[in-house]
Parts: sequence; structure tokens; C-alpha cells
Amino acid sequence: MSKEKIYSLLLGFGVFAVIMLMISFGFLNPYWNQIIQFAFIITISALGLNLIYGYTGQFSLGHAAFYGLGAYCSAFVTKSLNSLGYLAFVAGLLSAIIFVALIAFLIGLPILRLKSDYLGIATLGFGIIVKVLLDNADALIPVLGGSRGMLGIPKFTVFPITYLFFIIAIVVIRNFVFSDVGRSCISIREDDIAAECVGVNTTKYKTTGFVLGSVFAGVAGVLYAHLYSFLHPSNFDFLKSIDLLLIVVLGGLGSISGTIIAAIGWTFLLEGLRVILPPQILDWRLVIYPLLLIIIMVIKPMGLGSGMEFKFIKAGDGNR
Amino acid sequence: MNRTEPVIEIKDLTVSYGAIQALQGISFKVCKGEIVALIGANGAGKSTTLRTISGLLKPRSGEIIFENKPITNLPGHEIARLGIAHVPEGRRPFANLTVYENLRMGAYLINDSRTIQETMNRIFRSFPRLKERFSQPAGTLSGGELQMLAIARALMAKPRLLMLDEPSMGLSPILVNEIFNIIKEINEQGTSILLVEQNAHKALSICHYAYVLETGRVVMEGTGKELYENPRIKEAYLGG
Repeated sequence: MSKEKIYSLLLGFGVFAVIMLMISFGFLNPYWNQIIQFAFIITISALGLNLIYGYTGQFSLGHAAFYGLGAYCSAFVTKSLNSLGYLAFVAGLLSAIIFVALIAFLIGLPILRLKSDYLGIATLGFGIIVKVLLDNADALIPVLGGSRGMLGIPKFTVFPITYLFFIIAIVVIRNFVFSDVGRSCISIREDDIAAECVGVNTTKYKTTGFVLGSVFAGVAGVLYAHLYSFLHPSNFDFLKSIDLLLIVVLGGLGSISGTIIAAIGWTFLLEGLRVILPPQILDWRLVIYPLLLIIIMVIKPMGLGSGMEFKFIKAGDGNR
Repeated sequence: MNRTEPVIEIKDLTVSYGAIQALQGISFKVCKGEIVALIGANGAGKSTTLRTISGLLKPRSGEIIFENKPITNLPGHEIARLGIAHVPEGRRPFANLTVYENLRMGAYLINDSRTIQETMNRIFRSFPRLKERFSQPAGTLSGGELQMLAIARALMAKPRLLMLDEPSMGLSPILVNEIFNIIKEINEQGTSILLVEQNAHKALSICHYAYVLETGRVVMEGTGKELYENPRIKEAYLGG
């Protein structure tokens, strides 16, 4: 095992141990425990979007829709099978993954033919459709709650589970990106015509990237649903998609490390400002983030960490 | 020269962009070991022809036969797999990838790393400039270097037919000469070449056979020398 690999493992366990200790010794109250988990959940979803936009170059404004579909699908399953305990969670997770992958595939096939802005508009449309469907879902399936929100979802998401999926997301995306499939996706981002000319099946890899990225959003949704035990369609609307897009762009297109930092930083910035700012101007904190984005766009259009990675993410990657 | 062994044969090809008919039934062929040039003015349909052959555009009717197999409606990546490499107009590098990574992408369809290494070494002998730029992002190369990279990337796949779209575009006369010498060299090593050029002068001087395209039709054909001496061609494309 290489030195870098050992360091990555140590780092992974170290972060886990520190947070676990802080939770068990009561340094972190349940509120901050939830925020930390939320930060990791957002990271998983943002990593998925970075795969779609940052690596494959497909501009998506509907990422939150997949996040929401995963959340609602799993919540529906776990609520129906509640008596089974964690088995219900596993069933919910698997069904959400399959459901989201299927929807992403069916939606992706027709719309991934579009380019840049047009694809953005199509994904935006998809996001709005999902939001409206969720708003009115109670007409068909009352338990989903529609615009009143879905209540009483069993709380399965605890820190070790969230952290496990956070690590899985990083490892899967890292390995994907540095594989031949990942290289095919990157070549599509760089120039889809040239990619087709050298023999890359662009339709196939665009779809692969899109489905895999969406599945990560779905998994994040599953964790989210069972963390807060309450779902509302407004948590998965257009603005949520924009949030995720901002994180990916801020962190840097095509940078796993950047996405992780931006997603966690973003969550804590918003929560931290909630503590600092006086209540009258609390909502103004939402101005700071887009402002930050404008500044970064001017200074570094590809985002802060574009093309850069932590050593531990590059670990063991010999042949590049 | 008797042109009996076609590598690729295009029969009565028509292509439209919506209502506009870009190719109105053109036929031509490239034979084994030849450099064939398609010359013509802007909008004559030269690039459209190449894009249709390589599967980026779908023809409306007609037939494309590569090595005796019809490839007319195959998608682009499958056509690349058959041994046709297309150097698209505007070079289209993978700008954020290094020169090395660009060449590796060119060898996308080749699985044997020894073959890839050998091809790359050979390419670096023809393009020493690219070797100097080995680990530089392609986006930082000059126009001439980008053209070399585009050709080199196409050669990485060891194609049997190389299609070049306007390789002289935007290059200084010295660089144009350099690029054309390289094209000749590639051809001498056994690759058949289909060359699309606005620079009729250069194209006719290196090609074995040429077709003149005008508004989507082949209006004249002949060996490079014949066309070079044709008074009409002289007036229209060679500047009198």
C-alpha cells in the first residue's frame, strides 16, 4: 500500500473519530450534529452534479429534482415498511437508487442531445415538473403529503451512515473520473465533436455520467429524508438546484476537492451567519453567497479549485 | 494513374440542413495510397462532405462505402472504429488536457499500450514540436502547433483513411508548407488521405487527384496537374 493511500485512510478515519468523539462527549448538540450531516449530504449531491457538469460538461439546472425524487421515493418505502427497522432503510435506499437511475435515464436520453443553454432550459423544465408533481402528489398517494409536506418519516440517518456514504461518494467518483469511462466523459466536456471523431460513444457516456450523477443526488435525498423526517416540495425546487450549481462552480468545475470544500463551507457559512447576524437582516445572508459567486466568476471563471485536487484524492493514480 | 482500388467511395450523396440542400448528389472516391483533394469556395459543401462521411451528419440519400462495406448511417464513433480519422475544421483540441492526454485520447480505440507508445514515438519524430509541449495544456498551443496536434491525435488511431478539413486555415505560409510536407509524409507511409482545402494552390500541388465542388455539386475532376493547368480553375481558384 502506498504512503498516500495510508494517509488517506488515516485522514478518513481521523475525521470520523473526531466527530464521533465530539458527538458522544456532548460537544456537539443535536442541532450541530444535524448541520454537519447536512453538509455531508449536500456534498454527496454536489459531487453528483460535478460529475454531470464539471466532468461531462452537461449543464443541468434540475439536479434538485433527482435529490427530491430520491428523498420521496425512499421515504415512501420506509414509511410503508417501518416495522422492519433498518431493513426498511436498505429497501428505501435501493428502491430510490433504482427509481432515480431509471428516471434519469429516461429523461437523459432525449434531452442530452441538447447543448449548453438549451440543456439547461430542458433540465430546468424537468425540475419544475417534478416540483409541481410533488406539490400535488397527495392527490394520488395521500401519504406523500403534497404541498403540506410529508411527515413522520423514520429517522434512520445517523452520523456514521452519512459519513459512510460521503466516503463512498468520494471514492466512487474519484475512481470513475480517473477511469477510461471518466476520460471519455472529460473528452466530451472538452469537445464533443472531437470526442466522437476519436471514437468516443458520446451519447452513451453523456448518459452514463448523467445517470450516475443523478443517483448521487438521489442517495443524498434518501439521507436527507431520514435525517429531518420531514419533506416538503419547496426543499427541492429550482433554487435548490441553483444552490448546488453554485457550490460546484465555486468549488471548481472538475474538482472533487473543490466541491467538498465548497459544499461544507457553504453549509457552515449559511449557518454561521445565522448565529452572527442580527435577526432583522438574517435573510440577507442569502445575498452574500451569490455575491461571492460574482466575485469568483470575475477572478477565476472555472471556479476556485478547478483542475486541482488534494493529494489523497489523487492517491495511487499512477498512469496519468 | 488507374484508380481502381477505392478505399472509400461516395455515391450520389445528398445532405440538407433543414430546407437548405448543402450537397446535391456528389460522387467521388479515394483510392488506396492516394491524396485526394476536395477544393471549392466557401459554402461549396466541402466540410459538410467530411462531416457526413465521419457520421456527424446524416445524409438524406446516397451511399458511402468504406473498404467495400456500406457505412452510410453509422454513428460517428463506429465509423472511427472502422479506421477513418477526421481532423475536424478548427482543430478542436481537448483544450484543458495536456498534449500527451490529447494524444492518448486519439488512441482511444487502441487497447495495447505498447502499440500506443510506438505510435506516439513515431509521431514525435514527425512533430518534434509536440514533444517539447508534451505536458502543456493544449489550449496554450499556437495555431500551427494546434493543427499539428489535431493531425497527430488523428494519427494515434492508426487510420487507413485520414480526412483533413482545412489544415492550412489561419497559418502563416511557412507553417502551411510545413503542414503540407507532413501530410505528404503521412501519405508516403501508406495512409490514404482525403483533403479539404480552400488553398487550392497548395492542395493541387500535393494531391494525386482532385474534385472541384461548387454549391454542393462536383463540377470538375482530374489529377492535381490537370486541374492546376485548367484555365477555369486558374481563374476561379488560383488567382489568374
